[in-house]
Amino acid sequence: MVDVLGGIIKAFELIATGDPTLYGIVARTLFFSSIAVVLAMLWGTPIALLISLRNFRGRTIIKAFFNSLIGVPTVVLGLVLFLIFSKSGPLGFLGLLYTPAAIILGEAVLVTPILISIMSNAIEAVDPEIMNLAKTLGASESQAAIAVLKEALNGVLLSNIASFNRAIAELGVALLVGGNIAGLTDVLTTAISRYTARGELDFAIALGILLMLIVFGINVVLIMARKAKMLFTLWRNPQ
Amino acid sequence: MHTWQKLIIIATLSTVILIAGTVAYFNYFAKRRLIISTTTSLYDTALLDEIEKRYETTHNVDINIISAGTGIAIQHAQNGDADIILIHSPAMEKTFLEQGYGVNRKIIAYNFFTIVGPENDPAGVTGKNATEALKSIAVYGERLADQSGQTKVWVSRGDNSGTHSKEQNLWKAAGYNYTLVSAEPWYASVGSGMGDTLNVANQKTAYTLADIGTYLKFYTDGVISLSALITEEQALLNVYSVMAVNQTYHEQINYADAMDFIEYLVSDEAQQFITDYGKADYGKSLFYGAVQPLKSNAPQPIVSWIKSAAFFDGSECPPQYRKNYPQLYS
Repeated sequence: MVDVLGGIIKAFELIATGDPTLYGIVARTLFFSSIAVVLAMLWGTPIALLISLRNFRGRTIIKAFFNSLIGVPTVVLGLVLFLIFSKSGPLGFLGLLYTPAAIILGEAVLVTPILISIMSNAIEAVDPEIMNLAKTLGASESQAAIAVLKEALNGVLLSNIASFNRAIAELGVALLVGGNIAGLTDVLTTAISRYTARGELDFAIALGILLMLIVFGINVVLIMARKAKMLFTLWRNPQ
Repeated sequence: MHTWQKLIIIATLSTVILIAGTVAYFNYFAKRRLIISTTTSLYDTALLDEIEKRYETTHNVDINIISAGTGIAIQHAQNGDADIILIHSPAMEKTFLEQGYGVNRKIIAYNFFTIVGPENDPAGVTGKNATEALKSIAVYGERLADQSGQTKVWVSRGDNSGTHSKEQNLWKAAGYNYTLVSAEPWYASVGSGMGDTLNVANQKTAYTLADIGTYLKFYTDGVISLSALITEEQALLNVYSVMAVNQTYHEQINYADAMDFIEYLVSDEAQQFITDYGKADYGKSLFYGAVQPLKSNAPQPIVSWIKSAAFFDGSECPPQYRKNYPQLYS
């Protein structure tokens, strides 16, 4: 039988001794996911502002569209992107398949719907008077939009964390467009699947533990940041 | 200008910079890339990792290995997404050469598939040949009290890999219609690599067809407790070949480095390395280099088995599928 306990002990040894392969994978994962979230943030913010602050025909349909995209299985997106990035595909001439950029772009596309949905909900929850007030006080449209984003800061932060969580925990996109190439495009999830297939369970367990720690750590930071913001607000506006 | 317009411009710019940076990096700054699409058995035993390390110390090339089944490896080559494929399915290789996607095939290694199963061997396959063994397993499966599909007797890769096509041929040789057999309630199709399939067979205490390399590694490491019940017979021979992807269809293919790597694989040094690989850890070779045996026509009967299984028109690569590099076939 599989020696689970021995595997866990060896896993902790790997983590404690700072195994370079192990931490290389962790660093790559964090790097890819953060850049992906930054990209998604850049694409998503204007869309979220548009669909939550403006009234135009088809707005509800666009919202519903992004909401339903949240549930797209990552392998399906991975497959679509594989066909697009493949040398025989429409963007094949760029040679992006099996490069870090393919994973980053793929994960950015993957998390954009979550980011837009959470962010636009947060913006809609902001009192519309704030935008009007800002404009009355002579703010430009940009300044007013920034004022609204500041009010919705909690939701904006949440949208980023949720996107990061999804990016870091997904397997399909990284596997299909990254190719799980050791030392170049392998991330925590794909490396776990490789080491399990190879029977190197201690390594797989160590990666699993680190992935859980990262996801857990991010959520703790999020909760603490919310608390800090609450305290900060109380301190500035004492009742 | 509106905020959202500015943001969209910034977003577009960042995306373009990311793509342009990657394209520039891989074209002008990184070492030349050689993408190898390979069958899982060569990868999961870490043989290719070791060969990669040795090759990269003396060559200014960055080898990128993508591990999937033989089916997807061929797909990769057809799309131009890989420069070399290393696979083990002679029938597929033949079609592949005929369609013009691959050139300069070399048989580089062989080993034997093995039928593995629970130690107590409830279907009684020990001592039989491979096709007889499959018959016993099917009979055992049909006589199971539980036909709900919960109890599995045979686990299949089910992923169009070389191992999977070997399994299909064995069922046919045993007189079964593969489509019907694979629909039986006692038959499980995993749709994944050899390692996953062995893990599933182990959990279900079922039989499966495995390549000896992956099996020995998993068994010695204590990951699975299945026994190798049938080994080393002609029907279970497993021949690995390498092919360069034909540049005619996709001009971006790194053909020069692909051919250099193939020459390295058939060199005495690499062949010896392949044969010795894993001997120290597992007490026997996981793979045997095939180049020297084919040249010296020994050991028999294995060489004649290789020829009957993996030669096309009496050659490992008929002349019409060769492209330069005559030294490979001298």
